[in-house]
Amino acid sequence: MIGITALYFVAGLVFAAFAVASARDPDNPRRWGNAAFWALVAVSFLLGDRLGDFGNGILVLLLVGLAGCRCLGLGRPRTTSAEEREAFARKLGSKLFLPALVIPVTAFAGTLLFSYTPLGAAGLIDPRWVTLVLLVTGVALALAGTMIWLKPPLSAPVDEGRRLMDSIGWAALLPQMLAALGAVFTAAGVGGAVGAMSLAILPESNVFLAVVIFALGMALFTVIMGNAFAAFPVMASAIGVPILIKAHGGDPAVVGAIGMLAGFCGTLLTPMAANFNMVPAALLELKDEYGVIRRQIGTALPLLACNILILYIAGFLL
Amino acid sequence: MLDGHIDYWPLAGILVVVCGFALRFNPLLVVAAAAILTGLLGGMDLVAVISLLGKGFNDNRFITVVYVVLPVIGLLERFGLQQRARGLIEAMRGATVGRLLVGYLAFRQGIAALGLVSVAGHPQTVRPLLAPMAEAAARKENPEIDEADLEEVKAMAAATDNVGVFFGEDIFIAIGSILLIQGVLRGEGIEIAPIHLSLWAIPTAICAFAIHALRIRLFGRRLRRKAARAAAAGSIGGSIGA
Repeated sequence: MIGITALYFVAGLVFAAFAVASARDPDNPRRWGNAAFWALVAVSFLLGDRLGDFGNGILVLLLVGLAGCRCLGLGRPRTTSAEEREAFARKLGSKLFLPALVIPVTAFAGTLLFSYTPLGAAGLIDPRWVTLVLLVTGVALALAGTMIWLKPPLSAPVDEGRRLMDSIGWAALLPQMLAALGAVFTAAGVGGAVGAMSLAILPESNVFLAVVIFALGMALFTVIMGNAFAAFPVMASAIGVPILIKAHGGDPAVVGAIGMLAGFCGTLLTPMAANFNMVPAALLELKDEYGVIRRQIGTALPLLACNILILYIAGFLL
Repeated sequence: MLDGHIDYWPLAGILVVVCGFALRFNPLLVVAAAAILTGLLGGMDLVAVISLLGKGFNDNRFITVVYVVLPVIGLLERFGLQQRARGLIEAMRGATVGRLLVGYLAFRQGIAALGLVSVAGHPQTVRPLLAPMAEAAARKENPEIDEADLEEVKAMAAATDNVGVFFGEDIFIAIGSILLIQGVLRGEGIEIAPIHLSLWAIPTAICAFAIHALRIRLFGRRLRRKAARAAAAGSIGGSIGA
């Protein structure tokens, strides 16, 4: 059965290739930093399950050390010029979209096939990872097709991929690090401490205020942790369940669903949610690294207000 | 202390995150420092904290798998994918930033509601397709558009992808966040069916679409007004010259 282990193997090979190409890049003054960083990521993907928890912890500290000492530079692999790209675009036309569309179409059609035909029961793909497995399959198909069609040098995919990967840099690992921080927070009892503090400031009988504090707490904690998934267990056990659901009789489905969505409003506001807010700023070469967040404030704040109203009306008045 | 059994010290980790970030230390460094400090204050020894951090990192590798798309996207860019995406919009009559982004928002929310979250995204669709298309549409509406406005157009494209996926995905019953809500509530002794959670995601999804689509339209209108003003100034200048 194809599952997450196979995906980790593929990802490990891709990062290993980035590492080797980085080490051989004479134009990057910090090439050894880049090579070591991507090599450690490759090791994590390929051997993570054999390193043991402490071994993985050391690997994390090495990655953090490389990022913290500003040891990462920008690789400058040889690529085509803007003029050459214009010429290619004119010559190849809209056929260029085909490989790019193969990836989402494979994921989409594959997921549908898997969910609604006997194929799903055949046990080919681990049901927990269907879309991700199909996405990577789509990548392989698109890559093979493009290589056969346009016949670039064999090193081209690694070099072009490394160009984009270096522009993202350490930010690529921040979400995974925050998930690890969440695990430490839970084990150290941060949830209990936040709950006790919220109880201390909460007025006893005012449902609306409790709703406001729950929703704002979700958004605020998400801003700090970069992820609503880390905020939800803390805020649910602090306010959501004991006060909103048990003391005031709120509808659990509404409290759960809208609480999470209030957290998502926080995700729109925080640089900690690097994959959503900082990575695109790097990928789009924005001069303002907070440019994406700035465009999201105007949606996030009114939407947070909507969530508070929906939670109050649907959870307590309906 | 009134409630002596509650230990507030682990909260220092949150403070480390906030201060470290405000002081512009590398965020990976800040997060690792916060984790180690929190663990130590929570009564763990150093080896235990490092092991816990390592386990958390290893268990969440699936988050980082998505970057395997970069070689294909980079390869297609080598052959002019962005330029072609721009060309397509330039040739399309009636293509505006507003129509393009509102259309994408609906598409992104729709497919996310079907559970297809990783089908689109910043590396997969925004960088190679949506951002160049939005840029081309903005240039069509205002050929004299300046750098700052183009930056805002690109940032708006990325923002639209985020809003679409965040407020679409929870309508799908088997998405991670729905399962997490169900799991947390079950831990508190409350059983709910995922379908109820996903139904209650719909009102917020509608609000998100309404608010963000409105902002896109206003943003587009602002770009067009600037263009009109620039054109008016240009024609006055022209007539004086003649």
